[in-house]
Amino acid sequence: MATEAHALVHEAPRGFIRRYVFSLDHKVIGIQYYTLALVAVFVGIFLSLLMRLHLVWPSAKLPFFDIMTPEQYLALMTMHGTIMVFFVLTTAPQSGFGNYFLPIQIGAPDMAFPTLNMLSFWFTFVSFLVMLAAFVVTGGAPTSGWTAYVPLSALGEVAGPGLGLGQSLWIVSLAIFAGASLMGALNFITTTLDMRTRGMSLLRMPLTVWAWFITAILALLAFAVLLAAGILLLLDRHAGTSFFIPGGLVVSDQLIDHRGGSPLLWQHLFWFFGHPEVYIAILPGMGVVSHVLSTFARKPIFGYRAMVYAICAIAGLGLMVWGHHMFISGMSPYSAFAFSVLTMSIGVPSAIKTFNWIGTLWGGRIYFTTAMLFAIGFVSLFVTGGLSGLFLAQPAVDIYLHDTYFVVAHFHIIMGVAAIFGIFAATFFWFPKVVGRHLNETLGKVHFWLTFVGVYAIFMPMHFIGLAGHPRRYPDTTAVGFLSQLDPVHYFMTIAAFITVGAQLFFFFNLIWSVRKGKKADINPWHATSLEWTVPSPPPHDNFDGRYPTIYRGPYEYSVPGADKDFSPQHEPDGAQTANAGH
Amino acid sequence: MTERQSGRGSTLVAVILALFLVVFTLSTIYFFVAQTWWFPKSISTHGATVDIQFMRTLWITGLVFFLAQLGLGWVILRYRDRGERAHYSHGNNTLEILWTIATAVMFIGLGLFAERAWADFQWRGAAPGALQVEVTGQQFVWNIRYPGPDGVFGRTDPALMNDAAGNPLGLDLDDPAAQDDIVTPTMAVPVNREIEVILRAKDVTHSFFVRELRFKQDAVPGLVVRMHFTATETGQYEVTCAELCGLGHHRMRTALLVLPEEEFQGWLEEQAAF
Repeated sequence: MATEAHALVHEAPRGFIRRYVFSLDHKVIGIQYYTLALVAVFVGIFLSLLMRLHLVWPSAKLPFFDIMTPEQYLALMTMHGTIMVFFVLTTAPQSGFGNYFLPIQIGAPDMAFPTLNMLSFWFTFVSFLVMLAAFVVTGGAPTSGWTAYVPLSALGEVAGPGLGLGQSLWIVSLAIFAGASLMGALNFITTTLDMRTRGMSLLRMPLTVWAWFITAILALLAFAVLLAAGILLLLDRHAGTSFFIPGGLVVSDQLIDHRGGSPLLWQHLFWFFGHPEVYIAILPGMGVVSHVLSTFARKPIFGYRAMVYAICAIAGLGLMVWGHHMFISGMSPYSAFAFSVLTMSIGVPSAIKTFNWIGTLWGGRIYFTTAMLFAIGFVSLFVTGGLSGLFLAQPAVDIYLHDTYFVVAHFHIIMGVAAIFGIFAATFFWFPKVVGRHLNETLGKVHFWLTFVGVYAIFMPMHFIGLAGHPRRYPDTTAVGFLSQLDPVHYFMTIAAFITVGAQLFFFFNLIWSVRKGKKADINPWHATSLEWTVPSPPPHDNFDGRYPTIYRGPYEYSVPGADKDFSPQHEPDGAQTANAGH
Repeated sequence: MTERQSGRGSTLVAVILALFLVVFTLSTIYFFVAQTWWFPKSISTHGATVDIQFMRTLWITGLVFFLAQLGLGWVILRYRDRGERAHYSHGNNTLEILWTIATAVMFIGLGLFAERAWADFQWRGAAPGALQVEVTGQQFVWNIRYPGPDGVFGRTDPALMNDAAGNPLGLDLDDPAAQDDIVTPTMAVPVNREIEVILRAKDVTHSFFVRELRFKQDAVPGLVVRMHFTATETGQYEVTCAELCGLGHHRMRTALLVLPEEEFQGWLEEQAAF
């Protein structure tokens, strides 16, 4: 393996463009993905604040809007969901951190296909520009939600504003994104299988690598289907086909000239992608959290094998449960039975992970770094968000809760906020390696506390307005009588949202300030065991300078009895441990 | 570690974090007990089963929530850095097997229980003799149709649909069965009688949602979805749309009147007179 790796090393680039723009270096590409996600999260958060303002203050004049119309609200909502799911939650944890650290953690000089890696980022970048273009075209951004249910998304302007050119750009953007994700997934899978250094057996890989690897397999299977579905939808819209549009539709008194298609087909294809997508967003976070918890509890991960099996089980089951989004769609009620039982089964590996995280902390010696706080916050959020999923997984209960704010609360906590806590934990943990300086811990802790309390203040009350039957995706709550009693909750959530978003300024300031002014970091500041802590901070172009390490043990050997220090790095042979880290 | 906290500092963080988890857990449980914002009372025969299954799920998830959040708080507090070396352990297979089986029994068992309620509601059709009501969604109104005295829905044709001419469903008046069909913008049903709802959509997907009935079903273009319910209490309830259908989604609502049988017949005759 190591010799093959040598053959794949490419020359260190010269010149700004080759080095920082069209770079083949997995580390630069990782930073590019992360930066893209930062820009995207700015846009996504801004859209959500505008929506929250409109919900409590419908007649206010907002920036970029006069008084917001329902279609403008729906456009914000669609773009918020799309940008967050694709350009933040898929981009940062997998493509960002995975690109940077997967090769280093397995002892490889780069990804298996550096050029493909570069293309994958630039496709993603173009996809983001195409998505943003939907804001400025005639008719504006699409209003059909991030799920783009047909026929609404298939019929064009006649079905509503934003459903013309804006919707087409949305589909094209996601098709490009899917292509980019396929390239990335192939690269991750090949790299993990072929480029591990000597001694790095599969069961010695850090759980981060396992998470990125399994996520890549999910992405390969899921994004291929999204790509196909997107192409079919484009054909329906522009080539006169009828994959998704049934006969006899009359929209605004116009008879639509299509026949033979099925709206449920879109839902099946979309959710065949869409449900695994949830795991694509959260699995890398699980990997990071395992890594960080073990490091700062100074303890081996509790049940390493069980953790690996749980990741595989979550991914495997995750591919077979898409139908739980469709219990009331008109799908056969018999298939709901199968989808429901399979979905409830995902609770089992998820619970195993939670118990193992708590088991890892049990008996540990816990250091509360900011990275650790976010990892602990992740566990709490994962429990909360996972348990609300058990309600929605049962068709009999879902009859009532489906498409209410209960669902919105559930997926924001588990897919949005928990995944973002994974990103924060990873950022505070690895920043010293990437930049060579620490993020400020005091600012970090202020940021953590405001964020942790803030996200619960936003999303816990949201469950209750869901229980009261508040349907989601309502731009305006005045038309339906029973919604007025829920206004105080909307006010509370809006205020909480502004405070929580405000707290993110601590993070952005910390990030920018620490790049130049942060405290200098050692090679291995956390006294951690995996390979990224054996290379300089930041690592050189080919990571290991041609001297590939040999691996002697698993990734989480902390506090080994008899060892002279409380961590035993993967690359140090037994009996050869030295007092300092790595070199 | 260079970033090591002093014992005091880490105790403070541990205490605050553990306290927060306790306050958060208890306040969450409080709101589930207080039911300040909650379901309206159920008024359908199957609604009670839905509510029971919800409460069953709430008990189980509530227990796991309580134990997991407080367990997390406790280990953080107990095992904060106090200068002792961490306990070296790779886990415990007996525990792994135990909690795998325990959660499997609990979660999958819960799921199997729920199927009962689902099957009662969904796996059998309406009994013969149920009152048929057709509900057709369109941007952004509900059209309710009753078959009239002949008990047969007349023929419709998309080519004849014309909102402006007052024929949103495209009723073909050449069909004798269509002549006595009653089409109204509001829905009324008799109390304590099974209703078969025939759901259709003209343009895009909508979803027929009545909170008190514990009833929600998508109306999908190209599909005819047959559902059934029996309302057990008279009154007026709100019908909302639960599937995003365009810019008027939030105002796509109508009223559902649950009336005593005689009043219902009177209401129907009134509608027919239009």
